[in-house]
Amino acid sequence: MSDTTPEDVGYVGPAEVDDQDLYHPKSWITKYVFCQDAKVIAIQYGMTATAIGLVALVLSWLMRLQLGFPESFSFIEPSDYYQFITAHGMIMVVYLLTALFLGGFGNYLIPLMVGARDMAFPYVNMVSYWVYLTAVLVLIASFFVPGGPTGAGWTLYPPQAILSTTPGSDGGIILLLVSLALFIVGFTMGGLNYVVTVLQCRTRGMTLMRMPLTIWGIFTATVLALLAFPALLVGAIMMLFDRLLGTSFFMPSIVQLGEQLSYGGGSPILFQHLFWFFGHPEVYIVALPAFGIVSDLISVHARRHIFGYRLMVWAIVIIGALSFIVWAHHMYVSGMNPYFGFFFATTTLIIAVPTALKVYNWTLTLWRGNIRLNVPMLFSLGFIITFVNGGITGLFLGNVIIDVPLSDTMFVVAHFHMVMGVAPMLVVLGAIYHWYPLMTGKMYNETLGKWHFWVTFLGAYLIYFPMHYIGFVGVPRRYFTIDDTSFIPESVGDLNAFISIATFVVGAAQILFFYNMARSYFNGKKAGSNPWQAASLEWQTPQVPPGHGNWGKELPLVYRWAYDYGVPGARDDFVPQHIAPKDVPMAKKKAKKSSSGKSKA
Amino acid sequence: MIVALILILVAVGSVVFHFVSPWWWTPIASNWGFIDTTILITFWVTGVVFVAVVVFTGYCVWKYRYQEDRRSEYEPEDPRLEWWLTVLTSIGVVIMLAPGLIAWQQYITVPAGAAEFEVLGKQWQWGFRLPGKDGVLGKSDNRNITAENPFGVDPKDPNGKDDVLIDADDLHIQIGKPVKVLLRSVDVLHDFYVPQFRGKMDMIPGMVTYFWFTPTRTGSFDILCAELCGVGHHAMRGIVVVDKESDYKKWLSEQETFAQTMAKAKSRKQKKLKLTFNQNKAAPQAKVSAQ
Repeated sequence: MSDTTPEDVGYVGPAEVDDQDLYHPKSWITKYVFCQDAKVIAIQYGMTATAIGLVALVLSWLMRLQLGFPESFSFIEPSDYYQFITAHGMIMVVYLLTALFLGGFGNYLIPLMVGARDMAFPYVNMVSYWVYLTAVLVLIASFFVPGGPTGAGWTLYPPQAILSTTPGSDGGIILLLVSLALFIVGFTMGGLNYVVTVLQCRTRGMTLMRMPLTIWGIFTATVLALLAFPALLVGAIMMLFDRLLGTSFFMPSIVQLGEQLSYGGGSPILFQHLFWFFGHPEVYIVALPAFGIVSDLISVHARRHIFGYRLMVWAIVIIGALSFIVWAHHMYVSGMNPYFGFFFATTTLIIAVPTALKVYNWTLTLWRGNIRLNVPMLFSLGFIITFVNGGITGLFLGNVIIDVPLSDTMFVVAHFHMVMGVAPMLVVLGAIYHWYPLMTGKMYNETLGKWHFWVTFLGAYLIYFPMHYIGFVGVPRRYFTIDDTSFIPESVGDLNAFISIATFVVGAAQILFFYNMARSYFNGKKAGSNPWQAASLEWQTPQVPPGHGNWGKELPLVYRWAYDYGVPGARDDFVPQHIAPKDVPMAKKKAKKSSSGKSKA
Repeated sequence: MIVALILILVAVGSVVFHFVSPWWWTPIASNWGFIDTTILITFWVTGVVFVAVVVFTGYCVWKYRYQEDRRSEYEPEDPRLEWWLTVLTSIGVVIMLAPGLIAWQQYITVPAGAAEFEVLGKQWQWGFRLPGKDGVLGKSDNRNITAENPFGVDPKDPNGKDDVLIDADDLHIQIGKPVKVLLRSVDVLHDFYVPQFRGKMDMIPGMVTYFWFTPTRTGSFDILCAELCGVGHHAMRGIVVVDKESDYKKWLSEQETFAQTMAKAKSRKQKKLKLTFNQNKAAPQAKVSAQ
């Protein structure tokens, strides 16, 4: 796989850089606020997403207070509880994870990893962030309108989402829909940028099949998002019409509390199709960047090339494609045509194959490696375990008949938190530790990082693993309180209390992370250039942290894939992508053998 | 070393928890034992994979821990190994999917001669309608719903006259007889969920959905709503009682038909007109319980 460019290929300077220079900041405002540098935009995205994510974290504490200790907290009313779960879900999925992976890591890493000076359209990229920020502010505003934010559940199923018996049906739902529309507008600007940059702005020698898997993951996820978000936009606009103008896109004739409403003829299931046509690819919009990033973390810190690179790339692409024909597995008991079940169960379980192969290849990358058990590696290991765990419960829910008893129970909650909450978050945290030395030029505190990992990983596992069994007993999700039933043993209450306590601990443990990041920024050791001895391009910048324009006078030339670790014959255990075959330092013993000869191995 | 140990302990702990924890499905009370079997098959297949992957990861972490003088092996691809893994995984998928699809075929194929009853969801209570002596449910539409006619039964349809209406009271069904449950909602999405029956289906205003089962055990079971339906979602409960045939017949004979409720409502309306107007707008259930 690791084809290298032959030495005798002449150098052709990249034309686009000479033509026009980047817009260099002239003041503090254009450097740190209205900035066109993708790296600054990345940090802006990351900070905003983290801030709103912390709101969602606090909301999860509030809902766990209610679930763990029902009747103890009289200030939580049912309407509050439904508002908490809705805002928590929506923020975590859209405003945190999507924004963080694509707006955050995408912006920071794409230009650096493909050897570009910046995004293809820096100005549009800047606007993308400000529209995203506006979307977040509108979302926050919905907390302060009369009636509060919507409590329709993050899936916003009509008819209840816009009817008066759902909390926040006055201003809350309207502002949320507007916020989602803004988010999609902002994302589209950023997303087009990521796609064009990957396709058009790669440096010379950076073929598609030499790109780091991080870029493959982010790139594919962005394509998915560009195709999937319009479905949500359409759904949101139609629902807005139903709510504001009295149309009936999703509203059949309804008798509410004894009163005939003026709606009629619409289809609630139509909304579900639109929502999940977005919603399922959304899972992979979060998962694919995580797949890509974790591949790179594992490879760098196991000092071994990623195993089966081509398969890994194709798996990402195939998973991305399949993710568009599995959406109705969220709707097995929705009342849609039951024969859909056969098709969607089959496609859903087929996705398990490329996904499982990715897992095997991560472990096979560790195999015969030389594993450094530092913080990013620990988070990657945590990811493998939580992802496998969450993935296999997906095989339960994807298999249509098993979904019948389990759907809408806490089993589902446990499943998707494990697979698209915990697992990607572990990657996010591992990735922040991994690239922190590049972003700040400082090294974080290793001990604090390890404590942070163990509490977060083990704590999160203790939260979500037992939760599956609560669902197995039959406890439905989205229940303010379960009260007395004939089939739920009292011990479920104890387990809920335990889970709640674990939630508080894991949430609080994130203070370690923020403290570590903040303190290391001011007092951390200087990281220097390429502290991990990584082969990929982002670590080879002339300055650390990289300056505006990323590279020196000339763009780096790429001669090999991003995973030349442990190349036989080479002096070091890694060969950076921009080192020409003739410049690779050879080991003393058998210096004759050139590294390019290894490519057939 | 410690890291590898903890990883393996996570796998072992998960398996131990699975077998010794007191939390498991409620004993089944319907014919859907095949669903439980499919779940068990899936547990075994996925459990083996989970343990294998985690233990292998732990092994690698221990065996290939960092050593200054070690180099990782350089072997970017192993097509044979990758093929084997693909084939094995595919086999695992088929083992889980095949029984699942067979069971689904059964789930959506209602046996001929199954009795029917209708569940009506409204915020936040359950109503039930049985077909009466003629065995046929009358036509219904949400647009027919009034305070006197909470089920929206078409007053012109003769099949509807003898329909038995149970509003905000327990439902009884007969053991051993397959039933097709017809599901309707008057306002928002609901979901008729009885954990012991394993079956479940959303209820959607404007259409009729269904599932079927055969009760196999007498007793009284909780009905929960499993689709978020507004602020009272968690309080939307009901009871279904599975009876022996004699008990069921006795219960059925005590229930009111649509024609009877309409007649009563009419006479009450006339009476009420003489009294001062009352404030109770949504009172159909109060009327039934007043009988």
